[in-house]
Amino acid sequence: MSASSKVPLERLPHGVRITLLVGGLALAAVPVVPMEGRDFYLQMLTQMMILAIFAMSLDLLQGVTGLVSLGHAAYFGLAGYALAFLTPANAPASLWWSLPAAALVAALAALVIGFFVVRTHGIYFIMVTMAFAQMVFFLFFDNKSLGGSDGSYVNFKPDATIAGWGGIDLENKTTFFYLTLALLVGVYLFLRRLLFSPFGRALAGIRANEHRMRALGYGTYGYKLTAFTLAGGLAGVAGYLWAAQTGYVNPELMGFHMSAHAIMMVILGGMGNFAGAIVGAFAFEYMLHLFKDMTKHWQLLMGSFILLVVIFAPRGLLGLLVRKKEEAHERNS
Amino acid sequence: MSATPEVLLSARGLTKRFGGLAAVNGVDLDLWCDRIHAVIGPNGAGKSTLTNLLSGDIEPTAGRVAIGGIDTTHKSPEAKSQLGLGRSYQKTNIFTSFTVWDNVRLAAQSRRRLASWNVAQWFTSADSQAATNESCERAIELAGLTPRARAIAATISHGEQRQLEIAMTLATEPQVLLLDEPLAGMGQAEAERMVELLLKLKKGHAMCLVEHDMDAVFALADQLTVMVNGQVIASGTPGDVRSDAAVQAAYLGEEHQ
Amino acid sequence: MLAAGLTLIFGIMGVINLAHGSFYMIGAYMAWSLSAQFGSLFVAIVVGALLSVAMGWLLERILFRHFYHRDHLDQVLLTFGLIYIFEELRSLLWGDEVHAVQMPAALDWAIPLTDNLSYPIYRLVMSGICVLLAVGLYLLISRTRLGMKVRAGAFNHDMTQALGINIRQIHGVVFALGVGLAAVAGMVAAPISSVYPNMGSTVLIMCFVVVVIGGIGSVRGAFVASLLVGLVDTFGKVLLPQIAGMLVYMLMAVVLLYKPEGLFKQ
Repeated sequence: MSASSKVPLERLPHGVRITLLVGGLALAAVPVVPMEGRDFYLQMLTQMMILAIFAMSLDLLQGVTGLVSLGHAAYFGLAGYALAFLTPANAPASLWWSLPAAALVAALAALVIGFFVVRTHGIYFIMVTMAFAQMVFFLFFDNKSLGGSDGSYVNFKPDATIAGWGGIDLENKTTFFYLTLALLVGVYLFLRRLLFSPFGRALAGIRANEHRMRALGYGTYGYKLTAFTLAGGLAGVAGYLWAAQTGYVNPELMGFHMSAHAIMMVILGGMGNFAGAIVGAFAFEYMLHLFKDMTKHWQLLMGSFILLVVIFAPRGLLGLLVRKKEEAHERNS
Repeated sequence: MSATPEVLLSARGLTKRFGGLAAVNGVDLDLWCDRIHAVIGPNGAGKSTLTNLLSGDIEPTAGRVAIGGIDTTHKSPEAKSQLGLGRSYQKTNIFTSFTVWDNVRLAAQSRRRLASWNVAQWFTSADSQAATNESCERAIELAGLTPRARAIAATISHGEQRQLEIAMTLATEPQVLLLDEPLAGMGQAEAERMVELLLKLKKGHAMCLVEHDMDAVFALADQLTVMVNGQVIASGTPGDVRSDAAVQAAYLGEEHQ
Repeated sequence: MLAAGLTLIFGIMGVINLAHGSFYMIGAYMAWSLSAQFGSLFVAIVVGALLSVAMGWLLERILFRHFYHRDHLDQVLLTFGLIYIFEELRSLLWGDEVHAVQMPAALDWAIPLTDNLSYPIYRLVMSGICVLLAVGLYLLISRTRLGMKVRAGAFNHDMTQALGINIRQIHGVVFALGVGLAAVAGMVAAPISSVYPNMGSTVLIMCFVVVVIGGIGSVRGAFVASLLVGLVDTFGKVLLPQIAGMLVYMLMAVVLLYKPEGLFKQ
């Protein structure tokens, strides 16, 4: 049984692209539109964008390369903790070096863990990624010096001063929103570019038929490890932003539930094209908030929703959208 | 390319045991440049296992394989491929969701030996590499698939898929070709086309052919090896092998009933 | 025991079941309510085992059966959804508090080992039950006709079906057995570990580690690996307390380096 036998939706149809562009512009316009409870919505949307970056990083691994990782949150959490430790007790850390540093920490951890994990396949891979993430979880949970189960605080939001110009104030929710949006778009464009590069095509080949790729002369272990490391680093970017926004990190950020949520977001939206990961992240968070507001027993609703998706929409929401458009197109022609 | 034929692949004493059973037992094989060496035998003779041993898909229990003088017995499939070994599969082993062009292009790309962590190449477009595209186009043309280049591999006919199988192997620019039943499941016209193609490929390559189609085998083979129960019972020119009594009893005699 | 159930479900039917921990939890909660009802843990375990086997059978028929041919990702998602649902069901049926399950009075004493240490007899009995079940399972799989059919089904699904053996029934049996094992594990452990909402996920991870080390599909491997893991964990807590939590994972990493498919490949 392969990691995925479904054909990924790589090139998005024109109509879908337009819809996404409109959505993106609407998002960019939110801070400028006057509304009730603006701060609350800004905060919520920023959080969704951060999770979208997280989901995209997992999509590189899962949707493109076909590696199902149940421990991706480890790198998300590690970067968050990196910011917490890099921020001194009485001053902010500079965004310009703390963000790359945190992402680097996450990428390094992914490299080390990946070294062990990438040599396994199929179900083993799923299990060991989870196991190693749990190891990282316990490392922080059990050690008071690292914050323990109570976690750690990010005393100040990162400082974005460039050569003395303090124009970008991250304490301002709108500014932070736009920073996150910029990173979201940046990561998306980078990953789309990567998808159609020689590296990206090789990853797609590994997902489709790793055995043949090896027979054709590709060192698939190296390719998978590179993808794993890159995905870890990008998850780190998201984790950094999360810590910067909430000002607080705890081991749950590296936990099983966080990893599970990431997988659900990617599947929900549709794998392999990164736009699906963004859609999935927003949709998942939205549903979570919706269900939690509805009833104390929201888990029942969430579980049922997940079951419905996996039974009826295996290619995710984006896949569903594309299929509906294809059917409409056929009916009209 | 040298003027006099040379041995491009050499196997000595190749053995593979599964538990107590020896699927391949002490097989010696030489593949000469510009020659086609066919391996025949009844079902279960160990031909597929032999091909897998030569290509590196499975590890031998004993014996040695050398490609161009370099010992490759325990090397991985990808290492062997980069040393000049190409293999096509009996059960079509292509990327079904990609187009014919993308299938072959991916095969050709392997020759660029790009390191996955070479960040610069992350920002280039895979379709814009001239050398790769040229190699890809040549392989597709040789295999006769040019009109179908933009079709999705899953949608082309079985015979065309077998041609794609060969095209992909060719795009890796191998010196040694291991062909596992290339004519499997083909109709008369398609089979004739494939035989023509294989004859065209002789120049500059050493080819090993595992086949059941006896007409094709005798049309193509310069050398013949007959395997029964994992062992070689005869090896030599087709003429010699045909008249070998043991071979007639074990195999050809039944075929020509 | 828990790992044996998981490795069976995975090795033989190729289904990854993350909700396995949930079955453990359900078993434990069942033990709590049933033992209160029947006044005896022993009876509760028997009744509970029967109930959980039935539940496993039903689940397989209604849900899991349709997912064998789907890729791992869909199965992961399916079982995630189930975890949420089971958590909620547990909350509805039994509430959210932590409970203690009464140890049977007959077993509530300890063997004195030294002057101040003594070993609880219940733990001995518990281990005994586990060993018995493990041996029984092993014999079932390797010596009986049913076991043979199960193994054949794992090895070659279509051929077994072609031979006229009712593969669907076999799958139902194996799944039910796996669920039953998990639930019984939960029930037996309940008096010691107490019954609390998140016990499923806590134990699931360890279960996965055991299955990876032991090798998927190998019951013997699950048995050996769980012993190994238990030893490493216990001695680790005593000898190297700072990294105790990580020791087991390091063990797994080492195993993976040399034998990526586990100690006892199927």
